[in-house]
Amino acid sequence: MLRRTAYSLVALALAGAATATACGRAAPDATTAANAHGPITIWLSNNAQEVAWGKNMVGAWNKSHPGQHVTVQQIPAGKTSEEAISASIIAGTSACLVFNTAPASVPTFQKQNGLVPLSDFPDGDAYIQKRGGALTDQYKSQDGKFYQLPWKSNPVMILYNKKIFKKAGLDPEHPQLATYEQFLKTSRTLVHSGAAKAAIWPAPSSEFFQSWLDFYPAFAAQTGGKQLIEDGKPQFDSPAGRQVAAFWRTMYSEKLAPQELYPGDAVNDGKSAMATVGAWAVSAYKDSVDIGVAPVPTADGKSPDDTYSFSDEKSAAMFSACRNRGTAWDLLKFASSAQEDGKFLEATGQMPMREDLTDRYAGFFAKKPLYKAFARQAEHVVEVPNVPGSVDIWQAFRDEWTKSVVFGDQPTDTGLRKASEKISELLDEYGDQS
Amino acid sequence: MTNLPSAVTAPRAGTAVAGGHAPAEGAASRHRRLTTRTGALFVTPYVLFLLVVFAIPMVYTLWISVHRFYFTAPGTHADSPWVGLSNYRDVFTDPVVGRAFLNIAVFLVINVPLTVLLALVLAAALNAKIRFRAFFRAAYYLPYITASVALVAVWQFLFGSDGFVNHLLGSHAPDPSWLVNSHLAMPMIAVFVTWKQLGFFVMLYLAALQNVGKELYEAASVDGAGRIRQFFSVTVPGVRPATTLVVIYAIITGANLFSEPYLLTGGGGPDHASTSPVLLMYQKGIEQGHPDFAAALGVVLVAFVLVISLAARKLTERGN
Repeated sequence: MLRRTAYSLVALALAGAATATACGRAAPDATTAANAHGPITIWLSNNAQEVAWGKNMVGAWNKSHPGQHVTVQQIPAGKTSEEAISASIIAGTSACLVFNTAPASVPTFQKQNGLVPLSDFPDGDAYIQKRGGALTDQYKSQDGKFYQLPWKSNPVMILYNKKIFKKAGLDPEHPQLATYEQFLKTSRTLVHSGAAKAAIWPAPSSEFFQSWLDFYPAFAAQTGGKQLIEDGKPQFDSPAGRQVAAFWRTMYSEKLAPQELYPGDAVNDGKSAMATVGAWAVSAYKDSVDIGVAPVPTADGKSPDDTYSFSDEKSAAMFSACRNRGTAWDLLKFASSAQEDGKFLEATGQMPMREDLTDRYAGFFAKKPLYKAFARQAEHVVEVPNVPGSVDIWQAFRDEWTKSVVFGDQPTDTGLRKASEKISELLDEYGDQS
Repeated sequence: MTNLPSAVTAPRAGTAVAGGHAPAEGAASRHRRLTTRTGALFVTPYVLFLLVVFAIPMVYTLWISVHRFYFTAPGTHADSPWVGLSNYRDVFTDPVVGRAFLNIAVFLVINVPLTVLLALVLAAALNAKIRFRAFFRAAYYLPYITASVALVAVWQFLFGSDGFVNHLLGSHAPDPSWLVNSHLAMPMIAVFVTWKQLGFFVMLYLAALQNVGKELYEAASVDGAGRIRQFFSVTVPGVRPATTLVVIYAIITGANLFSEPYLLTGGGGPDHASTSPVLLMYQKGIEQGHPDFAAALGVVLVAFVLVISLAARKLTERGN
């Protein structure tokens, strides 16, 4: 009797689970969806200026496209946008378009069958290449298709607080930050004078993406624009990589950069005199910090026009849960048109991924010269390599970086060598799978 | 609770014996069937809960752990080939996994004895007739019901590099500071969790102390035992079942450690000095997209908790 009851309960539970699975969302048919038009939802980052632009852009679209209503939302809350997007792919609830897709996550999203290849639209490749020009090709995936439209960049530069520089007895209009020696000397003055607790305060924690704000911009600058991996091989276990690591190790060992994560915004709170940030920070800090901008330092110093940095680019991507991909593609082109790019630049200060920004939007840069440095930097940027296993690769690098550079538990050269070996193994492993 | 089903289902001896007739036996049998069905009906929601929330995911986890697996969009196809014990091999050869289990061992060595000792002593004190007893009971319980995030903020205020404790210590403060020091990060988490959970364990012991007969204390007192002797000879043996519960619960809490290293030490601390297996499961499964590795690690963790819990139970029940 009891056994029968138990069997019935198990059968009931399994039936419930099977029903739940059957009721899950099914993937839309790709051929039908590609030409379908109708209502869609798009997601934006939670940057206030960006959201304001998005609402205006969508308002303009909705006015002239009855029956193809677009709803705009911020990306659901999560530790990072990438985690929220990944979860939405698995649940089948992602928006049609996400205007905040990190290129490093594109291989993962592809593997999850979460992305629509934009190259499959008849005018896909042509539109993407025309819009982005020479900057575009590094965003192609390994199968030769575009799964993302490179949309905006926030080239990483050194942002500094003029008031703190002045307090430390430094000239805020002519900061000495071009070479490693100058940068270290300036940092020592800032900290030893008591003007700020930290000269600069990048997150010293172990998340894979943190290297994009300390190591990678400096590596790009030192090498004249090398990516972390080129031709299937890691590039950083090299004299340039070692110089970068030694420079940052000095910053940490002399307590010019703290080893502890700041539980807020160190620049806004006046705890740090400098930060490595993109153009978004100009409008974010405009009411609280009197800011200046300088290129990322190199060992011997380079002119701003020859200095490379990390792009901190975000793409727009279309997700496979989208049922009205015809509308999504049309909206993507509308949102990335020259006119909307101009409005986006005006509203947010972030750089649309286009060539000749300063000429194209000369009026804006004449009015706001601080942004001009970012626009010029946007023409000398490198992206994260678009390779399978990108997140694992960056995590392997970060683990060795925190161990050797941040905490000095092993020599920096050893850390770079170990990271390079591990990344080579990962590249082989992922290469074998493809 | 264990007495209830037998009280309900057992036929009263007098009924069957006194009657001794077939109709009475039939009635008893019908009554038994009815009570069995009623009992089954009552436990159905819990059985369903166990199946849906525990058993099915557990079986699915085992399946994932022996396949090359990643999560994909619903309705799309992705190969999940059988890889045997390959994920387990990856788990056992990953040095970060070894570090995570070592961290948990450090945690348990500090947290479990400290929890048992402090909770028992405080419970014994709070069980005595002291002034402001209700206030103290609430005060110890407060951290347990307060959100982890809020408590982490208090801890950072105290032990951050710029924190209150370092201001007191001055040049004697550790370098690197408490929460980013590879030797101190895990002990700091163990102490933090002890403090946070203490109220709950004090409450368990307080409940257990109600069952220790007052006559035992009186007898011990007549025999000339002082308070300390009474504590070791009456209180400690009297709450031994509660101690087993506290130890096993503390072990499970330690093995499930996630939010403390995640929030307190910036996601695993320097060189994974405070990475826990569950945090690693999250990083591998969610952040890095390797649910197969995370599933294998989860299975290993369950086995680890079972072994440690059984060993702890043997130890605490020794002499019963």
